[in-house]
Amino acid sequence: MSARVAPSGRGRPQSGGFELAVWYLMRLTGLGLFVLALAHYLITHFIYDPAIQDADWVTARWSSLTWRTLDWLMLTFVVFHAFMGMRTVVQDSTKGGLRTVLTMLLYLLAIALWVLGTIVLVTLPTRTG
Amino acid sequence: MLLRYRGSEGMLAWAFHRISGVAIWAFILLHVLDIWLVGANPELYDEVLVVYASPIGRVGETLLGAALLYHALNGLRIIIMDFWPATTRWHRQLWYACWILFFVVGVPVALQIMAPAFDLEPPFGTRELVQ
Repeated sequence: MSARVAPSGRGRPQSGGFELAVWYLMRLTGLGLFVLALAHYLITHFIYDPAIQDADWVTARWSSLTWRTLDWLMLTFVVFHAFMGMRTVVQDSTKGGLRTVLTMLLYLLAIALWVLGTIVLVTLPTRTG
Repeated sequence: MLLRYRGSEGMLAWAFHRISGVAIWAFILLHVLDIWLVGANPELYDEVLVVYASPIGRVGETLLGAALLYHALNGLRIIIMDFWPATTRWHRQLWYACWILFFVVGVPVALQIMAPAFDLEPPFGTRELVQ
């Protein structure tokens, strides 16, 4: 089997530029999320039961600047990774005008979601008392 | 269809990676919005939380965890093969290794999440967030 073949991943783009940068960033954010997202899932589902995680619980967790920073990093990574992944799905299954429209919709949705997540991470007051 | 498919493991690895990826993307849309509610409308967030903690919610979370774990392990397999192309020769064995890790890690986590839905004590105990 040729070394170029990746049996389940997307081959490294030979064109360079934007596509190559996205290819590397998908792998970089993927590695980051391997740690951040799996740890996040284990903390919120394995260590602590979802039933206790009300708004007060989230606020208490975010009284730590470290958690806010890590969660913002995870938000940034996951929005990039998930939406660029969906972009690959769109590119594989559509072409022409539809592909352009769907890709632009994905970019807009990605920005909107990242802004919403950043707003709550930055503005949620630290619990007093 | 998948059971009758006689193609390589690589094709199945790709299909599962894509299905799990789209599912996680859909959950991310929901999850960023519900966490946004913690700031915008905490009372509404607490109502949404009741759904997450319900038995059906727990099934959903377990499935989400399965998608996440498969996607993470197979993603690591892809990265290994991308940067050490010689390992592509062992892509089937790497995929089987993913499944071994998937069950070794996934089953205890699934038991822990699902136990409260059956009024059972979670096998690995419970913890409160201490402030």
